[in-house]
Order: sequence, then C-alpha cells, then structure tokens
Amino acid sequence: MLKNRIIPCLDVKNGRVVKGINFVDLQDAGDPVEQAKIYSDGGADEICFLDITASNENRDTIYEVVKETSKKCFVPLTVGGGVRNVEDINKLLNCGADKVSINTAAVQDANVVVESSKKFGSQCIVVAIDAKKNGDKWDVYTHGGRNNSGLDALEFAKKMEDSGAGELLVTSMDRDGTQIGYDIELMKKISKKVNIPLIASGGVGNLDHMVEGIKEGNASAVLAASIFHYGTHSVIEAKEYLNSKGIPVRI
Amino acid sequence: MKLSIVDYKSGNISSVINSFKEVAKDKVNIEVTSDIKKISSSDKVVLPGQGSFKSCIEALNNISGLVDELNEFAINKKKPLLGICVGLQMFADVGYEETETKGLGWISGKVSKIDNQNGKYKLPHIGWNEINIVKDSKIFKSIENNSHMYFVHSYEFIPTDDKVISSTTDYSTKVVCSVEKENIFGTQFHPEKSDKTGLKLVNNFINL
Repeated sequence: MLKNRIIPCLDVKNGRVVKGINFVDLQDAGDPVEQAKIYSDGGADEICFLDITASNENRDTIYEVVKETSKKCFVPLTVGGGVRNVEDINKLLNCGADKVSINTAAVQDANVVVESSKKFGSQCIVVAIDAKKNGDKWDVYTHGGRNNSGLDALEFAKKMEDSGAGELLVTSMDRDGTQIGYDIELMKKISKKVNIPLIASGGVGNLDHMVEGIKEGNASAVLAASIFHYGTHSVIEAKEYLNSKGIPVRI
Repeated sequence: MKLSIVDYKSGNISSVINSFKEVAKDKVNIEVTSDIKKISSSDKVVLPGQGSFKSCIEALNNISGLVDELNEFAINKKKPLLGICVGLQMFADVGYEETETKGLGWISGKVSKIDNQNGKYKLPHIGWNEINIVKDSKIFKSIENNSHMYFVHSYEFIPTDDKVISSTTDYSTKVVCSVEKENIFGTQFHPEKSDKTGLKLVNNFINL
C-alpha cells in the first residue's frame, strides 16, 4: 500500500538555513546539508528546500547547497523558490534535485510547466500554489504571497494538472505560521478537483493537524516546518502517531 | 571492476550517479558515459530513464550505435545490466506513453498506463510503497520482503511471462516493480532515492 509522506521543509537564504532545527547539537546550525541529513536519517520521506534568497547576486548559492545535499541524502529532494524558467529547473536538476517546485513563474506563464514537464518528465515538476481565501473562493498569490493574481485556486490547480504538473504543493496563506492546522476545506476541494497527488502545507501546529490533512483533506503528503524545527516533534514521532491513527506511513 | 552509467541526455541522472558513487567509494571505477567503446569495455551497465518512454527511446536512438552496443552487451555478451524506472520499461517490446513506440525488446511485454480505476487512485504513483518479493533475486540479497522503496511513475511494465517478475507492489493493481531475466535486472522504483534499503540494492548489483 502506498504510504502517506511526511516532508520537512527548510528555508534557505544565501545558502544558509534561516529557520532550522535548533534542538539538536549541531556543529553548524546554519548548514542546510547537515540539517537535511538529520532529517533523512530521522525517517523523512522527502526533503524540501525553499530558497528565500532575495538578491539576484546570491541566487547561485542554492545550487551548491543542492549539489552537496544530494551527495549525502538518498531520499527525494524538492527545491523551490525563485525558479523562473526551464533553464533554472534544468540547473537545479543537474545539481541533484529530484523535483523542482514552481510558483510565480507557473502563474505568469503556464508554458513553463508545459515545457519543463515535457522536457524532464512530470515526475519532477511540482507546482506550488499559495492560496488565500477571499469571500467564498481562494485566490492564487505570487511573489511569496505579496501579489494577488486574481486567479481562482481550484481552476488554477486543474490547469496546472493539465499543463503537466506531477504534484501540487498547496499552501494556505491564511494558515501559514498560525499553527492552527491546515485549511482542510481548501485541501479537500483541490484534491477532489485533480487526479495528481496533493501536498498540504501551511498551519501545522500539532500531529492531529497532520492526521486531518491526510484523512479529511485527502492530502497524499504533509509538509511541515516549524513543528520539526523547534523540536516540538521529531519526524519519527509524527510517523508513529499517524500510524496509530490508521494512516499508512513508512516506518 | 568497471561500471558504466549510460548518459544518453534524457532526464536527470545525478541522483543515480551520486548513489552509485556513495556505495562504490573507491572500489569500483564508475563511468558516466554514452561512449560505446567505454560501454563495451565495462563489466556492468546501469540504464537510468526519466521522462516518457518515447522520449527515452528517441534519446537512445539519437546516439549513433548506442542501442546496438547495449544489445551486444546485454543479449550477446550477457553481462549484468540494471534498468531503473523508464530504463526498466524500455526492456519491453512496446510502450504506449504519448504514442506507440517500439522498445528494446529484451523482455517480452508492453508498457501501459496504470489503471487508476476511474480516478480512484492518483497518478503518478508517487511515494514509498512496499515491495512483495515473489522470486529470489540476487539484487534483493539481505533486503527484507515488504521493504519500502520510492516510486514515481504513471506507466507500468506488463511482461508476457510472469516468471521474469521478481517483485510487485500494491497500488490500484499489483504493479510489477522489478524484473530479472538472466543477466538483465530492472527496477520500477528508484533505488537511488530509497534510502538505506535502496543503497543496499545498489550494492548488491555492484557486487554481482
């Protein structure tokens, strides 16, 4: 039986982890490679790097990080943040990323998804959708949540599936950072709308939220940052808890 | 011992290279190449594959003499070859992804889309799934039955002869996830991304 996945996410800026694990004795707490290795040794099903480097001149730092990580971690590695075009995707894959997540560029031009999925295969193209509820619908936001594209998140999700995305990483901006749980309604609606796997993100505060994301939100995978970074729970604790609730996980 | 990973400019093979280098350390000489002379002089070959069946076959055919050399290596010389993901699928006679495409024809069978039972199952089949080992295979040495491996695919290989199947996994149907026919091995899952268990399989292939 296919297992539900738990994916820890690390925010990386200028090649350094900005919000990382601070509960273990690390030689260098800012080293993304070392942190990724701790997660993969600890049972993470995948690792996600979100590059939040703001300036263009430091953009290349992520490539070195990916290169080193892929030599040490033998679970899938997804990299997102600042991916603009097919060439950026190509570079990340060549450095050892297994999947690349595309956000703003996919909203601006769906052809980036069409072309890259044709060129590299759908299996490595993840579209990250940042959604925020306005009235009774969800809008898609770009540029790290700063701009409202005005696009309907459900329609956009369907369009991305049709364009060749292999997975959707759906983040509720209303819930992100709140620790009050995923936006279940949003996850459920998008999951029903598409036939590709959905990764739920934004709002995890406890392990029951992960259970809800999978059982009620129909997510194939759950992504979390703070809950692991601040040592509230380890990945293996999360898996054991999900398992006790009847959710199939890899232990 | 010399092992070649065939680089035929289709998809991303850096993870495959990294995993073999990690396991081999300095004991094995690993070449990443499309040079048919180098492949010819290798003891073992790894044939990775990402993207569609059609694009992979086309990419193989684009390199002059490569398919002939692989045939020579696997069929005539009967040296060990491991296909991964679409690398395995290409063993078939024919594939139906995008359009009907002729495969290498090493193991009789076809590659078609996984039956998602009218949308009941998501595709691609992405993530960790347990393998049911149905046949003793050298590449499964010290790997327990029901171990987890990492999958990402929408198409499956359906061999004509069940006897070549060495493991299956349960999804919408029993999906074939590895095959073995004499010197030819293939995995639908990605050993290079399947953590310690996957590296064990890489090690088993290196030590064949």
